[in-house]
Amino acid sequence: MAAIGLALSMLVLLLGSIAIKGYSGFWETQIKLDIVFDAAIIDPTGTRAPETLRQADYQALVRKALQTRFPGVSTREHKRQLIEMISTSGADALRHAVRADSSLIGKREAFWLAARSDIDQLAKGKQSRTAPEADRRVSDQQIAWLDQLNNDGALRQAFNVTLFVSGDSREPEQAGIGGGIIGSMLTLIITLALALPIGIAAAVYLEEFAKKGRFTNLIEVNINNLAAVPSIVFGLLGLAVFLDVFGMPRSAPLVGGVVLALMTLPTIIIAARSAIKATPPSIREAALGLGASPLQVVTHHVLPLSLPGILTGAIIGMSRALGETAPLLLIGMVAFVVDIPKSVFDPATVMPVQIFMWSRSAESAFVERTSAAILILLALLVAMNGLAVVLRRKFERRW
Amino acid sequence: MAWRSLFSRLQRSSGSSPAEEKKLPASTPTPSFDASQRTHASSPKPSSPNLTTPPTTAKFVARDVSVFYGAKRALNKISLNIGRNEVTALIGPSGCGKSTFLRCLNRMNDTIDICRMEGLIQLDGENIYDRAIDAVQLRARVGMVFQKPNPFPKSIYDNIVYGPRIHGMAHHREDLDRIVEDSLARAGLWAEVKDRLREPGTGLSGGQQQRLCIARAIAVQPEVILMDEPCSALDPIATAHIEELIDELRENYTIVVVTHNMQQAARVSQKTAFFHLGEMVECRDTGEIFTNPRDERTLGYVTGRYG
Repeated sequence: MAAIGLALSMLVLLLGSIAIKGYSGFWETQIKLDIVFDAAIIDPTGTRAPETLRQADYQALVRKALQTRFPGVSTREHKRQLIEMISTSGADALRHAVRADSSLIGKREAFWLAARSDIDQLAKGKQSRTAPEADRRVSDQQIAWLDQLNNDGALRQAFNVTLFVSGDSREPEQAGIGGGIIGSMLTLIITLALALPIGIAAAVYLEEFAKKGRFTNLIEVNINNLAAVPSIVFGLLGLAVFLDVFGMPRSAPLVGGVVLALMTLPTIIIAARSAIKATPPSIREAALGLGASPLQVVTHHVLPLSLPGILTGAIIGMSRALGETAPLLLIGMVAFVVDIPKSVFDPATVMPVQIFMWSRSAESAFVERTSAAILILLALLVAMNGLAVVLRRKFERRW
Repeated sequence: MAWRSLFSRLQRSSGSSPAEEKKLPASTPTPSFDASQRTHASSPKPSSPNLTTPPTTAKFVARDVSVFYGAKRALNKISLNIGRNEVTALIGPSGCGKSTFLRCLNRMNDTIDICRMEGLIQLDGENIYDRAIDAVQLRARVGMVFQKPNPFPKSIYDNIVYGPRIHGMAHHREDLDRIVEDSLARAGLWAEVKDRLREPGTGLSGGQQQRLCIARAIAVQPEVILMDEPCSALDPIATAHIEELIDELRENYTIVVVTHNMQQAARVSQKTAFFHLGEMVECRDTGEIFTNPRDERTLGYVTGRYG
């Protein structure tokens, strides 16, 4: 009881500290600005050509809006500080809006734009306002502007969509785990597509067809040992074989998936073997006695009956693969990737590696994003394990 | 598996018919062996004068069948004939090899890695361990019912149609329906389950499950049905059902039944073979075995002195 209590309190402590740190990562500070979509800046010639709309200087719109909002700012230094309150993603948001609806040009519209991460941290109370100005990343003047915005109701905390849909970025407020999620999905698809059929086939062969002897014993011992090999060794293997010998692309989910498939294979084989072993011999005998061939016995009876166990093992193997970092570091999936991968050949990173990279970043805003990303990863893992339970319940047959 | 069958084939071919012929008279003096049974058997030897006699009632002919589990000998030179459209009971104490012998008849022992078989078994004059015989096809001709009822965890309907389906015996819905009704009716189960064919077979009572297994075996239209202690897991009423069923099935099938229950052997069988410690002690008409056994060991067993 005491042991369980201790374990539970540790778990609560772990999850609690991550949740407390990560909770604020799901929110972002936004500043309301009245943007004037000046045709002279966006589209001076009036062609409305997509190329013109794409290349226009939207940052100038933000700058103008800020200057209108705070008319007294004159010094060069203060102007710089003022524009630094708004994330550079603000201009992108405006570009997006104009390209979606060119009738905005010439109009005046209120927009909520994301604040710079330092402002965001200050607004969330994560940074001290009382420390000497030299030790702060936010100047006294910026704090004053922020308070003014707050008083005017032009400051709000909104749900952080960027965190889920964006790729990585040097600017914390623009960084998201979206690239990692897609990268993880692509990698796991490759892993599953390779490891599941091969694992089941190997387990069926070892359990149903292989003659028991020294050779199968050797294989069995080796599979059990492989399951215990440190995962970074598989990364070294992937580096040496897939990248150097076969010349596969670096940082690609394809290679990551193959490496993780190698790592997951023993787990799946072991789970599938025990599931196959657990099917009652009487069912096999019944089928054989009716004149079913050994292959028919396996495909018609043994596999359907052992499917719940196999799926459970596979999903547990998959969730291990989802949380794996070390082998992927060695095959280059630790790269800084801004674009969200579109195929298994594109450079990508995966969620745990993204978390690892953020955890090493200097900006304090990455602390909450790291914790938030961990929470997303944990939620996915829980969902996968829940799926395993559901599948097992669904396919389980009683007799 | 390929290795094993190759191995046993080599062994069989080394002890092929000429050698058997020589062995045959040698085994006759075995005191326990019933000579009268022997003479009325159709002999597999081509040179034997018995060849002229048509393969009368013998469905199975076993000659000098020995079975080894690893180094251990489970059966020692069994020679036995199994009559056509008869019920042959194999009795004997536990571990005497009667189930092993039964499993030789449809090559179920092939599935056990360490099991090795010597000797000759013919089904309608054809060596079932011949390389030209496919064990899978053989098992369709020689059905089997096991000690514990083992319906598939599927519906009653699917249990019955599984065999016909894999053997391509029926493709149309109506054909399958007919097979299901026919098999269940012959197994005496139709009236009880006709309204719940879609329910799982595992939901039936033990006796019903065993009859379902018999129906499943019948559905592939075998020539022989092997039953390995079919009633040992059932209560007396279910047992009585199965025994009646065995008696009815005798008309169309050759039945070999292994049983621990001597009354059962006496009730259902026409011929009884008594096995003891891997040997077949005697095989004669059931009445004679129980009333007038020739061997002392048989006498001891049937009178309940041991076993």
